[in-house]
Amino acid sequence: MDQVNGERDIVIRAVNVKRHYGQGESMTRALDGVTLNVYRREYLSIMGPSGSGKSTLFNMIGGIDKPTEGMVFIDEIDVARLDAFELAWMRCNKIGYIFQSYNILPTLTALENITLPMRFAGLAPDEAREKGAEILRAVGLGDRIFHRPYELSGGQQQRVAVARAMANDPVIILADEPTANLDVDTGEEIIELLRELKATRGLTVISATHDMKMLDVSDRILWIRDGKVQRVESRKNLDIQVGGVARGHQRKDLAIP
Amino acid sequence: MTTETDIPRQPALAWGIIFHVSLAGMRRRMMRSLVTVSCVVLALAFLSYMLVLADITQALVELNDNLLNVLLQNRGVDIFAASQMGPMTILLISLALLTCTVGIVNSMLMSVTERVREIGTLKCLGARDAFVVQTYLVESSLQGFCGAVLGVVLGCIVAMAVSAWTYPGFLLRCFPARAVAVSIMISLVCGFCIAVVASIWPAWAAARKRPVEALRVEE
Repeated sequence: MDQVNGERDIVIRAVNVKRHYGQGESMTRALDGVTLNVYRREYLSIMGPSGSGKSTLFNMIGGIDKPTEGMVFIDEIDVARLDAFELAWMRCNKIGYIFQSYNILPTLTALENITLPMRFAGLAPDEAREKGAEILRAVGLGDRIFHRPYELSGGQQQRVAVARAMANDPVIILADEPTANLDVDTGEEIIELLRELKATRGLTVISATHDMKMLDVSDRILWIRDGKVQRVESRKNLDIQVGGVARGHQRKDLAIP
Repeated sequence: MTTETDIPRQPALAWGIIFHVSLAGMRRRMMRSLVTVSCVVLALAFLSYMLVLADITQALVELNDNLLNVLLQNRGVDIFAASQMGPMTILLISLALLTCTVGIVNSMLMSVTERVREIGTLKCLGARDAFVVQTYLVESSLQGFCGAVLGVVLGCIVAMAVSAWTYPGFLLRCFPARAVAVSIMISLVCGFCIAVVASIWPAWAAARKRPVEALRVEE
């Protein structure tokens, strides 16, 4: 299924992952046996219509939810065997989350939002402040350090979220429709920021998306339907297929051929 | 393959940051906090009023002044009783405290529901269950403490004013400072405990929320 050669470093390995909700007659199979490798430093987009199991898969590989059957390894750690403490540690240190609705903690300033996960990781207050300010400058919010979320625009909030995801130098950035609540230009800025961070910091970015512009920067695209991987495409193939779609033109839902 | 033992335990968080998050949450939801505080204030004002009034009445009875005894009996005080806290009084106080507890539980549970996404986000950022529980406990203890202090001050002042008004001149002759101090302490501890006990369930409910909740889209 994977077209990329096996020489590369695997950062997430999902083996025959199944996730069922409910029991007996009413049981739904949100994921029905997904096997997938995610390589270090790649930009993977997960595409699929709503109800396809896209978010379920996303949650599985993000260590937010545990599979009913099958195994997920994140950086060679079996997620299913972790207890609550270890899962918290993993979310704190290995994974950075970016949400569709930003989820900036409304009660804290931009800087505090970023230093919080650092404090969870055990960094000293002063160290965290310095590092947090530096990351905020890196995402272009050097002059908004002490602003509260309601004083920031949507794009700025999402930048804070990106900075927060970077707080503990994670291995993986998980972005759930990061541009869905933003206008086209701001969304483009966020995508560009993600691409840049991925390049400069050697991150692995996984995003669930509908946004065509996000496909442009993806290394691979995974299409999921009815809880199964329909196909995986590398960027090259995709360029040929959807190369005709003009930049800046946003298609809300990408029909699966 | 990395084994699980390679994962270091998360260090215990400084209480400073827990306080900070709790206070920020309270500032943000000022009205909700005020409702909780006023709940404690009213219940504790009632409790301390009853306790202090009983102390004062007891002291007045022990003064055994003829004129005062007539006054006391006119007010319906049983001057031969061993204690001025009858079963009805105790029942009333219990009811007041119970109402206050239920009020706090309700308001805290509501705030947990409101904050589901925030809690989910915290967990995605690496917060342990203990952190969530601690922020809630700190929040409610602070509210309990403020409410208890205000309530006790209010209750005492009213109790003293009422008895000074009803038995003019006698109060200064026999003010039971020791007993009143004990009553105040009892009330304060009661208020604080109620606030903490009432928040255990909401805090537990909050800690049980799963990080998936952070991804839920609403508005």
